[in-house]
Amino acid sequence: MRTIRQSFLLAGKDLALELRTKESLNAAAAFSVVILLLFSFVIDPGTEEAKEFGSGMLWLVFAFAGALVFNRGFSRELPNECLDTLLASPLSAASLVLGKAIANLAMLIVVEIISLVVFGLFFDIRWWLRPAELAGVSFLATWGISVIGSVFGALTVNLRLRELMLPVLIYPLLLPLLMGAIETSIKILANQPFTDYEWLWMRVLVVFDVIFTSLALALADTILVN
Amino acid sequence: MRKKSIYLLAGAGGLLLIYNLYRIFLVLPDEAMQGAIYRIIFFHVPSAFTAMSAYFAGLVLAMLYLSSGDLKYDSLAASVNEVGWAFSIVNVTTGMIWARIIWGIWWAWDFRLTSVLVGIIVYGGYLMLRKAIDEPTQRARLSAALSIFGSIDMVIVWKSIEWFRTQHPGPVLSIRTGGGNIDPAMEHMIYWNWLAIGLIAMAIVLIRTGQEAMSREIDSLRRLANAYESPISEAVTHE
Repeated sequence: MRTIRQSFLLAGKDLALELRTKESLNAAAAFSVVILLLFSFVIDPGTEEAKEFGSGMLWLVFAFAGALVFNRGFSRELPNECLDTLLASPLSAASLVLGKAIANLAMLIVVEIISLVVFGLFFDIRWWLRPAELAGVSFLATWGISVIGSVFGALTVNLRLRELMLPVLIYPLLLPLLMGAIETSIKILANQPFTDYEWLWMRVLVVFDVIFTSLALALADTILVN
Repeated sequence: MRKKSIYLLAGAGGLLLIYNLYRIFLVLPDEAMQGAIYRIIFFHVPSAFTAMSAYFAGLVLAMLYLSSGDLKYDSLAASVNEVGWAFSIVNVTTGMIWARIIWGIWWAWDFRLTSVLVGIIVYGGYLMLRKAIDEPTQRARLSAALSIFGSIDMVIVWKSIEWFRTQHPGPVLSIRTGGGNIDPAMEHMIYWNWLAIGLIAMAIVLIRTGQEAMSREIDSLRRLANAYESPISEAVTHE
């Protein structure tokens, strides 16, 4: 309970800082819009093809934009020895990773909303017709992406090749989550109800969220402190 | 002692491999449906087993390092994961050659093949991560954490042919099916070649572990030399 309270405190600090500077959000949102714009040259907007590939396109955009957000997560604590101060404080390493994951989740959801609006306009797709499924899939997949992004952000924070190593390490691990998100979002964009196949993928999302969150919290001390 | 073990393992593995090659190419008959190309299974499956065993050993060694802090476990973990990665490449390459002949394509995006490819990328990232960190304890700690995350993919690789309908053939070995899917002589050959490849892999692991320990020693000597040459130590010496 204490860990969760500390995490929200830390996430609040990160989000307040982000609202003031908007450095990660602006970069990630701009990047998403640019990628969607580029995709519009590859796939004809308004066609069945756009509906079919839209889901994959969207989740790739979210994952790529996520890397920009995650890179800043822990590296923003490097100037003035803020990371060392945080580690020396009574905060546990697990609450530090969890706090970053919550802040990253909030930022990624903002990027996703912006991207979805732009996607709807550019590709003429009504993505809002199944709001419950959309919210469920987005939350589950984005939480998994944020946890992995945060824990690997912590792992790579002191590396020389931080910006290069983070995407190399996280994308292969994110594959099951991205596949689940893409497979389920196809039905959401097509405004069709979920079948057993999509519910299977929803369970995959839940299982990976639990595994990734547990491992991230268990290894937080190893990665940040020891 | 280490040198003797290396020679013994490599010698025994090499001799067994030669005997296995004789049996694979000159004693065992062609497979009824696939012809001669099926023989690649005697290298494809043992290299997959060797890679999986190495990654599993890497996971155990990572946990041993994290609980004890002894860098010898890290050296061993780095070596087994590197050897596992090399055998994953052998596994995928032999699989692709077989697929080109039997399926007519080099690659299919099914769950088994995709999860193996993900494993190669994850453990390739592990090797890159080790190169990117100079400080030995930080390198050991972070690569142990990555190894634990990477092991999730190994479970998917192992179970994928049971959980999903894949283009990759389903389980054939009697330890998973209860028998009846493969001729016993062919199945035994897979295990014998796994033993040969496993012995050679162990010899390579021992060589790599020795190199890891040596590079750590050189690194610590270099640090010591730098410390003696630094302006602070010079000032202390002059005083």
